[in-house]
Amino acid sequence: MAEIYLKKLAHSYLPNPQKPEDYALKEIDQVWEDGKAYALLGSSGCGKSTLLNIISGLLTPSQGQVLFDGQEVTQLPTEQRQIAQVFQFPVVYDTMTVYDNLAFPLRNRKQDEASIKTRVAEIADMLELTADLKKKARGLTADAKQKISLGRGLVRQDVAAILFDEPLTVIDPHLKWLLRMQLKALHQRLNRTMIYVTHDQTEALTFADQVVVMYDGYVVQIGTPQELFERPEHTFVGYFIGSPGMNVLPVSLEGATAYLNGQSLALTTRYISQPGDKLELGIRPEFTQLSPIPSAHSLTVTIKRIEDIGRHKIARADYQGREINIVIPEDQPVSVDYKYLTLDPRHIHLYANGWRLKQEASA
Amino acid sequence: MNKTWNNKAWWMVLPVVLLVAFSAVIPLMTVVNYSVQDTFGNNQFFWAGLQWFEEIVNSERFHDALGRQFLFSGIILLIEIPLGIFIAMNMPKKGWSISVCLVLMSLPLLIPWNVVGTIWQIFGRVDIGLLGAAANKLGIDYNYTRDIGDAWFTVIIMDVWHWTSLVALLCYAGLQSIPEAYYQAARIDGASKWAIFRYIQLPKMRGVLLIAVLLRFMDSFMIYTEPFVVTGGGPGNATTFLSIDLVKMAIGQFDLGPAAAFSLVYFLIILLLSWVFYTIMTNLDKQER
Repeated sequence: MAEIYLKKLAHSYLPNPQKPEDYALKEIDQVWEDGKAYALLGSSGCGKSTLLNIISGLLTPSQGQVLFDGQEVTQLPTEQRQIAQVFQFPVVYDTMTVYDNLAFPLRNRKQDEASIKTRVAEIADMLELTADLKKKARGLTADAKQKISLGRGLVRQDVAAILFDEPLTVIDPHLKWLLRMQLKALHQRLNRTMIYVTHDQTEALTFADQVVVMYDGYVVQIGTPQELFERPEHTFVGYFIGSPGMNVLPVSLEGATAYLNGQSLALTTRYISQPGDKLELGIRPEFTQLSPIPSAHSLTVTIKRIEDIGRHKIARADYQGREINIVIPEDQPVSVDYKYLTLDPRHIHLYANGWRLKQEASA
Repeated sequence: MNKTWNNKAWWMVLPVVLLVAFSAVIPLMTVVNYSVQDTFGNNQFFWAGLQWFEEIVNSERFHDALGRQFLFSGIILLIEIPLGIFIAMNMPKKGWSISVCLVLMSLPLLIPWNVVGTIWQIFGRVDIGLLGAAANKLGIDYNYTRDIGDAWFTVIIMDVWHWTSLVALLCYAGLQSIPEAYYQAARIDGASKWAIFRYIQLPKMRGVLLIAVLLRFMDSFMIYTEPFVVTGGGPGNATTFLSIDLVKMAIGQFDLGPAAAFSLVYFLIILLLSWVFYTIMTNLDKQER
């Protein structure tokens, strides 16, 4: 168990990186706390696997250091780091039994058979694999094989962190949920640092204490699921997290008023912006409201269609060529005549070039 | 109920029947025909029953040839399979050198059997052959036309030279299909090089290895041209394998009856061995599931 400190870490696959675009992983400087569950969330090619491979030691970063509990491990090969990893596709040793698979990492580390036996029994019990211990690993289902891969990481007492690289990709949907719950329970029981890479927001939000959202090589935000929902630091976070994602509309600013194609919107505070910034307004569909009667600062929209997805309804509206999604509680009436949209000013976020704008200190 | 009988569809089967008849059944039947008859010439044949079969199955000549055949196949398998695996594991994994390696290794496979025989026949000659002359200059008494050991050595090295690359190429294909994650997982588990070979590479190569063993066994079991060109089955009968012996009997001595019985027994042995291999392979496949 350990705290992981990524010190001024960056990585480029090119030999001589010059521009920021050359970096697959832009510089980060972060401490990941011991015993917490982290999810690395982002779309394909955003650098999350690069970051994972740097932590596991399969990749040496082009700059910066990785420290486990203050110990530098940047140059240490994978086998000398106390890391376990579960891959996208189940990796089991086909010819071995489940027992031998689980005992394999311990046997390689020359532990005595008696202690291996008790340890394997303990882990098998935890993963509900006890009944399969004598079976050949190759005959098992994909989810059992994934449990074995995980088990090989868990048997080692000294593991600092367990890394998961989209481990549920090949698992049947109905088992995914079950396995995710087991993982979560295991984490609470073992208190080991777990890092879980995924592009599925549900997976990330249900599994992790802290979600690390990555976009284009940047770590754009680290936060609890609630923080990501309420205060997205980047338009990508707003858009990627939530279903449907945050509405993002181009605006201009004047004091504490925002202008949306000429329509003024009162904001709760003033923001500091630079001339030339690309300004955008973000609002989650949950904090918008449709009404048949116009009010101050309401936007006139055209409703294109209304989808009833059970828990609530989603209205897809058009505002001067921009699509806006609106979430309407199931018990509220709505029709195409509800043309006036109000945005809750407390939940309006402003972004410059994608990044959240700082608020002016309230005077 | 009125059922129309129409057997015209049988004509559709005719091409296949003819093809199989002319390619396999009729030639095989002529052999069967010879194997149960005897002749004193003049194209007059009379019934001999199973006499030739009894004679062949009990003959020392056949037993010796069969023994040499198994020994030969066994030795070349013991050399070519491990050597092929070793070469495959040391071949480059990426870059331009792969193509160079593949082309170089395929070369022996592209040379006709007869030419391979001739190459080694000359290569090993004591007077002008690079191998033979050089060995003798170095004081090694090497002569494949006189010494039984030298003859076997030459024939085996020739087969290894000709066919090891086939095993290596098959194994290489097997190795290339192992996902990178297996090696990464093995590193994380702290596996040694030997453990990686024993528990990842070897099991993943099992399918192609079985095919390699089957191909090499069958091919070497039927070998004729190369040893015939190099040693002609000699010295004495030391390298007279089944095919060579069969040709000697059928064409050299013109003993058509015994030769026909010989070839049928030979054929049945190969059929039996193929069946054994097939059964083993399908059983292993079943275990996989």
